[in-house]
Amino acid sequence: MTAVAGTGTLLRMALRRDRELLPATIATFVIVAGFSARATVDLYPMEASRAGAAGLVNATPALVALYGRIYDPTSLGAVAMFKLIGVGSVLVAVFTLLLVVRHTRADEESGRTELAGSGVVGRHAPLAAALLLATGACLALGALTAAVLAVSGLPVAGAAAFGASWAGAGLVFAGVAAVCAQLSTSARTARGLASAALVVAYVVRAAGDTSAPGARWISWLSPIGWAQQVRPFAGDRWYVVPVLLAGALALAAGAAALQASRDLGSGVLADRTGRARARGLSTPLALAWRLDRAASLAWTVGFALLGLVLGSIAGNVGSVLTTPQARRLMVQLGGVPRLTDAFLSAELGFVALFLTVFGISTVLRLHTEEATGRAEAVLATSVGRVRFAASHLLVAVAGTVVLTVAVGATTGIAHAASVGDAAVLGRDLLAALARLPAVWVLVALTVALSGLAGRRGTVAWAALVGCVVVGEFGPLIGLPGWVQHLSPYTRVPQLPGGFVDPAAVVTLVLVAVLLGVAGLAGFRRRDLVAD
Amino acid sequence: MVRGLVKDFGSVRALDGLDLSVEQGEVHGFLGPNGAGKSTTIRVLLGLLRPTRGHVRLLDGDPWADATTLHARLAYVPGDISLWPELTGGEVIDLLGRLRGGFEERRRQELIERFDLDPTRKSRTYSKGNRQKVALVAALASDAELLILDEPTAGLDPLMEEVFRDCVQEERSRGRTVLLSSHILSEVEALCDRVSIIRSGRRVECGTLAELRHLTDTYVDATLVGPVPDLAAVPGLRDVTVEGSRVRCQVPTGQLGELLRVLTTAGIASLVSQPPTLEQLFLRHYDGAPEPSLPASPGPVR
Repeated sequence: MTAVAGTGTLLRMALRRDRELLPATIATFVIVAGFSARATVDLYPMEASRAGAAGLVNATPALVALYGRIYDPTSLGAVAMFKLIGVGSVLVAVFTLLLVVRHTRADEESGRTELAGSGVVGRHAPLAAALLLATGACLALGALTAAVLAVSGLPVAGAAAFGASWAGAGLVFAGVAAVCAQLSTSARTARGLASAALVVAYVVRAAGDTSAPGARWISWLSPIGWAQQVRPFAGDRWYVVPVLLAGALALAAGAAALQASRDLGSGVLADRTGRARARGLSTPLALAWRLDRAASLAWTVGFALLGLVLGSIAGNVGSVLTTPQARRLMVQLGGVPRLTDAFLSAELGFVALFLTVFGISTVLRLHTEEATGRAEAVLATSVGRVRFAASHLLVAVAGTVVLTVAVGATTGIAHAASVGDAAVLGRDLLAALARLPAVWVLVALTVALSGLAGRRGTVAWAALVGCVVVGEFGPLIGLPGWVQHLSPYTRVPQLPGGFVDPAAVVTLVLVAVLLGVAGLAGFRRRDLVAD
Repeated sequence: MVRGLVKDFGSVRALDGLDLSVEQGEVHGFLGPNGAGKSTTIRVLLGLLRPTRGHVRLLDGDPWADATTLHARLAYVPGDISLWPELTGGEVIDLLGRLRGGFEERRRQELIERFDLDPTRKSRTYSKGNRQKVALVAALASDAELLILDEPTAGLDPLMEEVFRDCVQEERSRGRTVLLSSHILSEVEALCDRVSIIRSGRRVECGTLAELRHLTDTYVDATLVGPVPDLAAVPGLRDVTVEGSRVRCQVPTGQLGELLRVLTTAGIASLVSQPPTLEQLFLRHYDGAPEPSLPASPGPVR
């Protein structure tokens, strides 16, 4: 047991460090679940209206790809909560993977683990403490969500299954993050690897769910698929929960084994030696690009793959609609082209949110550089502050453009190939590019916060979460229109097929430029703060 | 260079009317315990922090407004060095050198060899000492007029410390100015022409080592031929112990001649005289003893 000695102390310390973050995040999940249950319960009072809605969802590959299937069209809970079953479990997974990396590799990289490790602390104690913390967070999140759903008038058993499916997804990705934290020596890479695993899990689930019935087993290859196969309110298949738990335990055991075979501070992926002389690397812009190069390339590849998936689904929207009822509905809605447009528009809206995650995290490199004192080393040379900050901003903005082109072009190529019409390529690419102004507003907001208010990265993330809540759940929980319009993502053209408001686009670009300039100017005026 | 510098962080006053003046071509020791404000002063000098109040001039420029032009003329080794983990040591040296505006190729190679540094390793694999070497090579390879070194030998082994001292001596002989912040007294004693000692954001002493020594006591241990004479005529004696014909005492360095004159009357059999070490100078200010009654600026302060 000496390998885990001190786990309790470390766990208490972690709880203290996260005493605001954990309750706030858990509360956000619980509140969103509660609100959306209430809103949709009132929306579908009659069984017939539920069946109609569920039939439409299940017949629309776009929605199935995004959220998963509705397994019981007659069940109020299944219809009411289908969005949150799929997307919610992904968000819970994001939460736990960030939490685990924060308390394992991030601490190890900064040397805090070494400091703690010199005390009476076993080799596995930090990992054990991080996983216990994540387990506790998942249990609390699951239990509270189940309670709030039950109180909202949904069946108690289904509510419990729903909580279990969220908690299970969180636990599995806590395990994924624990493994990734052993592989890389940097927390950033660990987060990247774990996120990539999550994206793969989500895409595999989407591919399985939209496949022909004979190939739907593909969803079972994905932990996100497991969470959905619990089927809350639609059979409550409790026997899937042990699958999630077993997955989480296996990953945790794997992480412990990997940890046992490595030294503190090192990773399983060995560090190689590099160049003795710098090639290029003589401007702050070159440095910013060099630091973000690997991550940017990984994102680009991910977005290109995502585009291929989206484009090929878009090309098949019509053919998957098999039931006569669905075909009738489709004609009422404007036929295949309209459905395809609606699908791509919804998907590209999500892509824009992911893209913003890239943009914000790239710009936040400024904070890392400042906190570690590396900005100090650069600014003590003849590099001015504005040039330094602008370099990182430029890499982030250019990255968003490249990623958008990557996802738009691949969507268009796959779409054009499957419908045999090259014209859709330009249309899809334009649709992807149309979202960029909203992304830039958030990226520029991050710079403005950094320049004017010091290192406030969490505020930028909070703003993004706010936009997601407002845009994604705003109509669902009945927010007034002007609140929904606060999110820049609701102001950009919802292409393809949507209405284009040039004034809104120009306004968003101007807002982004103003925020960016204000941030850079602020960066010149304030003290540099190293931790 | 710095007069009446005040820097507040919120309600905490880090620097409280600090004065500091470094002459061109000298190696100036900047001494103080942890938290005295050494690094804060240096950050103000580099234009990374904006002074709350006070007058700061660096190489005849304003460090905040003229930061980039001034930085082309100086090189800096930070106290707490963090390097980009994904870059190699060699890349960091090149990067910092180029961002400053160039370095001497030959000197870069020579320094890498002298400091025994492997430039192909990724920075994340370096120990603290190796990170320190990277920053030192980057700074020393530059053709800067002014070197600002913030505790540059923390983490270096004694062998490398020796190399560092040689390098600083060379820099001085090439006419460069060095501001060396440190709390390693032997290093300061070996390298510095003049020393400023600060405490709680204020300078408490400044001058050459000889001048500072002059202000404090020399330890004298003498064995006399005859009985110990009356020492009351020597002003300022402290800790006098007399054992037979042996006398030990602390004498103000200015009164050493007077003490010897009195002792010689009794005939000296053996004499040991120890000048005050910098350590004693330093401790005098920090061991909680009451403020010494000194003239405000003992050294040639501008």
